[in-house]
Amino acid sequence: MDSGIVSYGVYVPRYRIYPRDIGKVWGQNGEAMGRSLNIIAKSVPAPDEDAATIAVMAARRALKRVKVDPGEIGAIFVGSESHPYAVKPTASIVAEAIHAAPYLTAADLEFACKAGTAGMQAALGLINSSNRNIPMDYAMAIGSDTSQGAPGNALEYSASAGGVAFLLGHTGVIAEIVLTMSFTTDTPDFWRREGMKYPSHGERFTGKPAYFKHIQSSAEQIMNRMGTEAKDYDYAVFHQPNGKFPVTIGKKLGFSMEQIKDGLMTPFIGNTYSASMMIGLANILDKAEPGDSILAVSYGSGAGSDGFHIQVTDEILEYDRSGSPLVEDEIKKEIPVDYATYLKYREKIKMEGE
Amino acid sequence: MKRLSRDVAVIGIGQTRFGEHWDLSFREIGIQAGIKAIMDAGIDSSRIDALYIGNMSAGLFLDQEHIASIIAEEIGLTDRQIPTTRVEAADASGGLALKQAILSIASGLNDVVVVGGAEKMSDVTSDIAAGFIAAGADQSWEALFGATMPSLYAIMARRHMHEYGTTREQLAHVSVKNHRHGAMNPFAQYQKEIGIETVLKAGPVAEPLGLFDCAPMSDGAAALVVCDMETANEICDEPIRIIGTGQGSDTLSISNRPSLTELRSTKTASRKAYEMAGIGPSDIDVAEVHDSYSIGEILAIEDLGFFEKGDGGPATERGDTTLGGKIPINTSGGLKARGHPLGATGIAQVNEIVLQLRGKCDSRQVKDARIGLAQNVGGTGGTAVVHILEVI
Repeated sequence: MDSGIVSYGVYVPRYRIYPRDIGKVWGQNGEAMGRSLNIIAKSVPAPDEDAATIAVMAARRALKRVKVDPGEIGAIFVGSESHPYAVKPTASIVAEAIHAAPYLTAADLEFACKAGTAGMQAALGLINSSNRNIPMDYAMAIGSDTSQGAPGNALEYSASAGGVAFLLGHTGVIAEIVLTMSFTTDTPDFWRREGMKYPSHGERFTGKPAYFKHIQSSAEQIMNRMGTEAKDYDYAVFHQPNGKFPVTIGKKLGFSMEQIKDGLMTPFIGNTYSASMMIGLANILDKAEPGDSILAVSYGSGAGSDGFHIQVTDEILEYDRSGSPLVEDEIKKEIPVDYATYLKYREKIKMEGE
Repeated sequence: MKRLSRDVAVIGIGQTRFGEHWDLSFREIGIQAGIKAIMDAGIDSSRIDALYIGNMSAGLFLDQEHIASIIAEEIGLTDRQIPTTRVEAADASGGLALKQAILSIASGLNDVVVVGGAEKMSDVTSDIAAGFIAAGADQSWEALFGATMPSLYAIMARRHMHEYGTTREQLAHVSVKNHRHGAMNPFAQYQKEIGIETVLKAGPVAEPLGLFDCAPMSDGAAALVVCDMETANEICDEPIRIIGTGQGSDTLSISNRPSLTELRSTKTASRKAYEMAGIGPSDIDVAEVHDSYSIGEILAIEDLGFFEKGDGGPATERGDTTLGGKIPINTSGGLKARGHPLGATGIAQVNEIVLQLRGKCDSRQVKDARIGLAQNVGGTGGTAVVHILEVI
């Protein structure tokens, strides 16, 4: 039985900050910075939002599009680098909130920006090994983050918030995951140690030996195994720490802008970290037609890439996309905030008694 | 007039490409340059009497001191326990290491010496590296109060603009010209031409200096084999003679200097080198100067006597310092485009001059170059070293 994506849901906080407003505070040409990163705006979570609430929203929206009893979900994995708790799972919060608890397994994952896709692989593994002894009709993988860059750091222009939930299973599959393989090395390009508030990064080291090497290796691994070339895909989507890197790697791998553009969401909402590539994939699924093939490659610093060869099925014609907001709707519902409001929302202003 | 008791020549050169060598260790870049220079000289390593290494700050960048011994070990020179010495004068470390090597040969103590310069800067992030670079300024009177190396050069640039009417565009022309030259140098970090708009539009580092007025942080190593003239004539077809060497110092803090628009250390070092060589600035066919910041090149070409004080900016704008101009400056791309691995820079400059004098610079060759000069500055000019070389 073919397994793959049964449903998906997306949530992006509605507040936005623009590069010019960030640059103004730090004496930088924010607009030029935005242009060089290909970022028009980035999403900002409200003060009452965190990776858990965003994950819940995405999970609920995934379920609204299908008639699946949440009780049948046998596993929930939440990938994030901004889990609200250091010890205490986000996944259990989601499980309760969507009424999937208590008969399921749940766990949090962390692998920088690819924890969400690592969850997809784990969920798919459980689905594919499902039998009478290990019943697993549905499993959910979520990428959700409220990532942060230190004030004044280049990351501040891109680090944003958002979440995507993929419900995987083997009935009602709208997009079959034909193949998934990964490429992992120990490459310290970006990290945050226990207790540190903000991540550190190795500047340009995050590019060539990190992002580009891993995505390229993973994409080539998938295409070699499938015997495919860039032209064989209708869509390609890559992790997008900014709006520039995914275009560069896409072109290097031989993809045209036409194949890449629908997966490119970071220019409008910033880098949603664990949700970044997954939101691009969701936007593609918002438009895809039966028979479309998609190459999707995530990247997590530290470092690794998960590659997916995905084939859209006829089921997508029956799928109730309108049951939840499309990615495009999420991008459009924007409320701009100034830098001071952004600081307040991100709890960077010291309050009385703090 | 002070002269060396024995003539000294360069018989071998070698360097790594400068850039971000994330996949290479300090040792590995040191080996690459050292072995290339020894191979270029075509000598057996058993003839090497000593090793000098210019390095500014392996202690800060890599937590590793005592690096001369490491390089000797890696090149395979420790079997005879030859003397190995590290020399430090901020980013003049390379030039100064060469001077020590020359002195050791002139004194009769050594015949054949390998002199290298190496720095590995990319193991730390740029904000940390900026702090390390500032260690080449005065920690008590400058860095402690927040001054960074570019801000100190920016002060000099502002004063130069004030006194001589040097313009922002003239500063930018230094970088445009050096990128044009660097585009022709296979060892350069940036082999790409840029337009003046790129320089003018770049974000400020310390006004008036922007990103493209500042040399990059780089990994890299360069090496030379130098020896006495007798040995050089015996083993080398085209030795390049070092006809002048000069060194000058100044206060470490720029606040204690009578003028902010000249480097007295450069003036003194070049005067000594010219005297030893028995020539003047007009005899120089090609020069490598210390453009860690664009204003640095303008100060250099004035202080070395190529142009009148105040004419450095206009001369650069006129194209006098470009290939084919009156005196081509920084045909390698200079620190701006070739890259600036602090301790390696002084040796890389001499590498370029030797290549020019050998006539092996391909598209960036200065026609009929016979005499070349290299000027290497430590920090804001607390140290300057000048070498003059000539084709025999």
